[in-house]
Amino acid sequence: MRFYEYEAKTLLRRYEVPLASFRVASTPEEAAATAGELGGTVVLKSQVLSGGRMKAGGVKFASSPQEARQAAAEILRLPISGQVPRSVLIEPKAPVAKEYYAGVIYNTLAKRPAIIFSDMGGIDIEEVAEQHPEHLTQATFSSLRPVSDYKMKEVVASLGITGNELTALTPILSRLARAFLAHGLTLAEINPLARLENGSFVCLDCHVDMDEDARDRQGALLQELGIGREETRQARPPTPFEIRGAQIDAQDTRGVAGRIVEFDGDLGLIIGAGGGSLTLFDAVRKYGGRAANYCEIGGNPSVSKACELTKLILSKPGVDKIAVMMNVVSNTRVDIVARGVIKGVVESGYDPAEKIAIFRIPGSWEGEGFKILRKYGVEYYDRSVSMDEAARRAVAKMQTV
Amino acid sequence: MSILIDENTTFIIQGITGREAVNVTRECLNYGAKVVGGVTPGRKGRDVYGVPVFDTVRQITERMRVDASVVTVPPAFAADAAMEAIEAGIKLIVIVTERMPRNETVQLIELADQYGARVIGPNCLGIISPHKSKVGGVGGPAEDTRKAYMPGPVGVLSRSGGMTTEIANTLTAAGLGQSTAISIGGDPIIGNTYADFMPLFEADPETRAIVIYSEPGGTMEAQLATYLREQKSRLPVVAFMAGRFMDQMPGMRFGHAGTIVEGKADTSAEKIRRMREAGISVAEEVSEIPRLVRERLG
Repeated sequence: MRFYEYEAKTLLRRYEVPLASFRVASTPEEAAATAGELGGTVVLKSQVLSGGRMKAGGVKFASSPQEARQAAAEILRLPISGQVPRSVLIEPKAPVAKEYYAGVIYNTLAKRPAIIFSDMGGIDIEEVAEQHPEHLTQATFSSLRPVSDYKMKEVVASLGITGNELTALTPILSRLARAFLAHGLTLAEINPLARLENGSFVCLDCHVDMDEDARDRQGALLQELGIGREETRQARPPTPFEIRGAQIDAQDTRGVAGRIVEFDGDLGLIIGAGGGSLTLFDAVRKYGGRAANYCEIGGNPSVSKACELTKLILSKPGVDKIAVMMNVVSNTRVDIVARGVIKGVVESGYDPAEKIAIFRIPGSWEGEGFKILRKYGVEYYDRSVSMDEAARRAVAKMQTV
Repeated sequence: MSILIDENTTFIIQGITGREAVNVTRECLNYGAKVVGGVTPGRKGRDVYGVPVFDTVRQITERMRVDASVVTVPPAFAADAAMEAIEAGIKLIVIVTERMPRNETVQLIELADQYGARVIGPNCLGIISPHKSKVGGVGGPAEDTRKAYMPGPVGVLSRSGGMTTEIANTLTAAGLGQSTAISIGGDPIIGNTYADFMPLFEADPETRAIVIYSEPGGTMEAQLATYLREQKSRLPVVAFMAGRFMDQMPGMRFGHAGTIVEGKADTSAEKIRRMREAGISVAEEVSEIPRLVRERLG
């Protein structure tokens, strides 16, 4: 879950990472007033979650309140990667002597947090890694012990940095790492981390991502930042159909029947579980099927959850039939899914034998499940029919309609 | 032979009185596995299908040898439960819990490293050595597990719990049994990656080939490719890659927490390229896997 720049800076300020005195304005008038109070030349930055703001025209400079008003007006009406800015961040323009990069991530193979540092800031760190690897250094550190300054000192010194620069940079990296560990972050990045003409350091821009699964633990911080539960901050905002899917999934804690993603085809999919859904969605596409949705069922969902999910998918305009398919299931019960799906089809006013293109869920309680499916005349397959073959048959049925 | 678990493996289930954990307990017992105890704080003195329930892990480890623990407690308490098992001296920790905060996963893995314990998962269904034992829900009820798994020469490693059984079932139907199958977990950070398990399979004379189930996201397929090249592994590897459609949808999470395309290197296309370069046979469909395994076994 990505933070806006002003949220990230609010967090880093709590950890005493040096920052310019930034403000946030949501109208051109506020921006003009703020620029007047700050005095001198200010920078105005679009508050959107997407990157590439500079290139897109989302960052402007102004040397008077009038210019700030004009710049803010332009920024606020400029969508970047489809996102409308929430506000404008304003801070004094800093006299920069040199730019650095500092970031904390997880090294997923070492299974430890890692600090990344470069004396080439202001550009994409992937670019530095590819073209100037000698200007990039990184080290893992302990997630159990308090963050050690010496670790960060070693990292900075490994690029040949010494003197005041070394002693000034070391605590900044430590503080960034502490914020990372304390708040369930998956990325905490300062870029650029600028050395000013007077020798002091300041974080000009930063980027913070929080682990979705850490949200429950970070209630106090999220409340302080005003980030509500409903804000998913995914790559694209959820559609109303997807929001309803999430609501169905949330209304009952037993199992998963949701995680729905909308597509524009005619074949509704009730598929699972995590890996099975990926496999089946690929298979439907490979055989020329046009999926109406992606979803996941698993973890032994209740009859009512499977039923509601079925009704939701059948209510989507353009959905002609549904295919109910999973890998061989271990804990999800075939009979419960069969019962839920059939109930959903019947309650939607359709004939299960007609509406369900195919049912392929073998495994736990399959005997009971197949009995129910036979009773309603639904075409079903056991484990002797592969997932790909099941998807192929479902797609073929759509084409003969 | 098998790796990690066999018919003598004793284990406990933390969170044993939970709805799914009760099922897992019954299924493991019916499969012949040695579930020697369970832990749910405040429930000491009860039993689940005859398995005694305790308040703490040490109450069990003080009485008997415990080789492994299955952690099935809610995400807010899972890291704590795993740490309790690690500090009580248990060397194999299978974490079933989904949606654990990543910082806590990392902490418990670091602790496990200090204690010489091995962590499987989080977000996994466990381990099975067919006809010997299963530790976790993998395979489901015993009669279904017996349909899907049989002993043989193939080691299975899968980022998806469900697909572990689908792949084993496909192999079994083709007459290819499994030495040990492991649902390694669907999270971005897991205790052991494909490459971490390879030395164990290398040392197991029964294992003659490896099948992996992989997805977009992360770098553990690249790590396996590097391992195979550098270690000159004796084991041929066959891979199946799901989620190919995701290459066109960067930034969107599907399937598992660890399954998201963030850059060029973690797309399915790039992973397939790297795996093929390292000599891994990549199946287009699950049903192709047995043929590819036989080809590689020669």
